[in-house]
Order: sequence, then structure tokens, then C-alpha cells
Amino acid sequence: MRLNGEALTAERGGRTIFHDVSFTLGAGEILAVTGPNGAGKSTLLRIIAGLVRPIAGTVSLAPADEDGIARQIHYVGHADALKPALTVAENLAFWRRAWRGDGLGVTEALDHLGLGRLAGLPAGVLSAGQQRRAGLARLLVARRPVWLLDEPTSALDADAERGLGRLIGDHLAHGGLAIVATHRPLPIPPTATLTLGSGA
Amino acid sequence: MIGALAAITGQTARLSFRSGGGAFVGLVFFLAVVTIVPFGLGPDLNLLSRIGPAVLWIGALLAALLGIDRLFHEDHEDGSLDLLLLSGLPLELVVLARALGHWLATGLPLVIAAPLFGLLLGIPPLALAAVTLTLLAGTPALTLIGAIGAALMTALGRGGLLVAILVLPFTIPVLIFGVSAAAATIIGPAPFMPPFLILCAFTLVSAVVAPIAGAAALRASLA
Repeated sequence: MRLNGEALTAERGGRTIFHDVSFTLGAGEILAVTGPNGAGKSTLLRIIAGLVRPIAGTVSLAPADEDGIARQIHYVGHADALKPALTVAENLAFWRRAWRGDGLGVTEALDHLGLGRLAGLPAGVLSAGQQRRAGLARLLVARRPVWLLDEPTSALDADAERGLGRLIGDHLAHGGLAIVATHRPLPIPPTATLTLGSGA
Repeated sequence: MIGALAAITGQTARLSFRSGGGAFVGLVFFLAVVTIVPFGLGPDLNLLSRIGPAVLWIGALLAALLGIDRLFHEDHEDGSLDLLLLSGLPLELVVLARALGHWLATGLPLVIAAPLFGLLLGIPPLALAAVTLTLLAGTPALTLIGAIGAALMTALGRGGLLVAILVLPFTIPVLIFGVSAAAATIIGPAPFMPPFLILCAFTLVSAVVAPIAGAAALRASLA
């Protein structure tokens, strides 16, 4: 499996934020995307996920899947997509069904992230770090080869950060791909680093 | 795919019943409209039973649009919309599933409450049945038309009562044919079926148009 981005150009509000960015990533590889605030790290991930259309350039996944690229991708953005009124387990169970997930069960996935005891609580009462972990638990309920993580370690404590490192390590060991936008050192060493410009 | 859509419908309905949800607000608002009218018009039973179907319809129309702005706004705010797009489901069907869930939680209770509330207005039994039937056929159209407005306003980052006001003019045909079918059983001599069938047609057409329009608006909200 190979993920290619070719000559990607993006703009926001009529201003070009990056120009002619290319990358290629094979199975078991992890790409770190770094750069100052406003350099377009999040935009690049959203372009790869197909949520934003680039001005120029293409993203392709080989071998191509008949369902399209969307069902191959896990995207963890700034928002954790939790409904505060539903319990943690209900939130996760919803995504497992909506994505037709074939990964871990809800209880196991929550245990993996150390949230087993909080499963019955409304998601709205969790701390920021716990909400982030609940968001990351989604990675486990549906098996998808490409992980796009946008600042995944924000709000996580040192323990959870190491846990995330193991999670990504497992994913890569099973032939997965990961692209992580971050401005902090990753819990596992990246295969390659893509640095985006100043955005000025 | 059916399971995934059922999950979306179920979650929408469940959220409406949880704390902060709007399922009961609409019902209480509906009751408020219906109970206030006799106080305003005076205890003329003939008058009340004649205009009763229209009062029920106006109350249900306003109540159905009350919480519609929440339909996609929270999905947009909390990032769920991104993940729904990555579910691989057609966004049109996601919109339809969300609208169906919203109708089950807010529209269907109005239909069920209508015969009960109609008693407060002294509506005769046959007309009561007719109003309930027209509401059952017509309220899905209200929710679907509202869903277009909700999706459009999500794109603009606005919500609240503005959505209800924006879609209100487009729901007027539904109101007209709903009331004229229901009133036909009291006032006569116009038959019940022609306006009722047109009402059903509105619902069917909006079930096709609203998902397409709503999905287009939501896609625009991401760009």
C-alpha cells in the first residue's frame, strides 16, 4: 500500500498557504508534518482526507480501493467528535456502527486507552485529555490502513502519550501508514519529516 | 449500510431525548399554542371546533421548526461532520437519516399528541382523525424542508431561530394543503382526498430534494 501526494497547493481565504508539496509513504511508514502555526499542517491533512479540495495537485492511494479513499482513512482532528450528552461507550459504539467497523469491540478499545472505568459517563464530563483519548479510541474500532492525526498528543499526559506511541507502533507493524501533524517530538521516531514553510 | 444509517437515525433521536435535547420543548410549545387560543378567542365551541384543525396545524408547524437548527450545527462544531464524510456513506443518505431521526423524536410526538390536544379545542372525532392523519403525512415534509435550512445555515456558521424564520415561507404550501384536507371533514363540501394526496406528494418530493440540497450545502460548509 502506498499513499502519494503530488504537487499539492492549498489556499485559505484567497492566500496560498503552501505550494507544490509532495510526499510518498509506504506500508509501515510514518510521516511527521511540522512547521509553525499557520503553515498549513491541518489543511494538508484535511486535503489528504478529502475534506478540503486542493487548488492543485492530487492525492492517491495504491492499490486503489473500489470504495474510494474515504473508507481507508482515519482522521483525528482538533475536535474529538464526541456528543457530550451521550456516554463514552455510546459515542464509540455509534462510530463503530456508522463506519461498519470491524476492529476491536467498544469495551476493549476503551480499555486500551485506559477509559474502561469511564465508559458509562457522559462524554461531556470528561477532561480534555480524556476526551482526546476517547477520540483516539475510534482508531481501534474500525480497521483502516491510513491514520491522519492532527496534534494527537495535545492534552495527553506522559503516560497516554507513550500509549499512543505503542498504538501507532502496532498500526505500523501491521502494515499501516500514519501521517502526524505536530510541533512536539512524536512518541515514536518518524520515518520521514515534512516541514511546511512559514506561511507568510 | 442500513445498519450504519440506522445508527445515525438512532443517535439523532437519542440526542433529542437526552439532557439539552429538544424533543420535549416542541411538544410543550405545541401545547402552549393550543391552550392559549381558547383564552384569546373566548369559549365559543362552534368557532373553536371550526378553526381547531388550523390551530393544531399552525402549532405543529411552529413546534416542528423550533429545534431544527440543531440538526447539523453540532456535527459541524464538534467535528462529527468530517467523520461522517469519511464513513463512506453518501452524504445525501446521512442527511436523510439525520432528518428521519429528528422527525421521530420531535415530529412523531406532535402527531401522537394532536388528537389529545384537539380535545381542548372541541374538534369533533372525525375531524380529529383527519388532522392526525394529515399531520402524520405532512410533518415529515416540515422536518425535511427545515433540514435544508439547517444545512445552509451550518455552512454560514449561523443557527438559532434564523433557520426557522428562513424556512417558514417554504412550509406554507404544506400548511395550506394540510389544513384544507383536515377542514374538509368539518366544513365541507370540498373532499378530503385531493388536498391530502397533494400533501403526501409534498412529503415525497421533499424526501428526494432535501437530502440532495442538504448534502450540497454541507459540502459547501467544509470548503
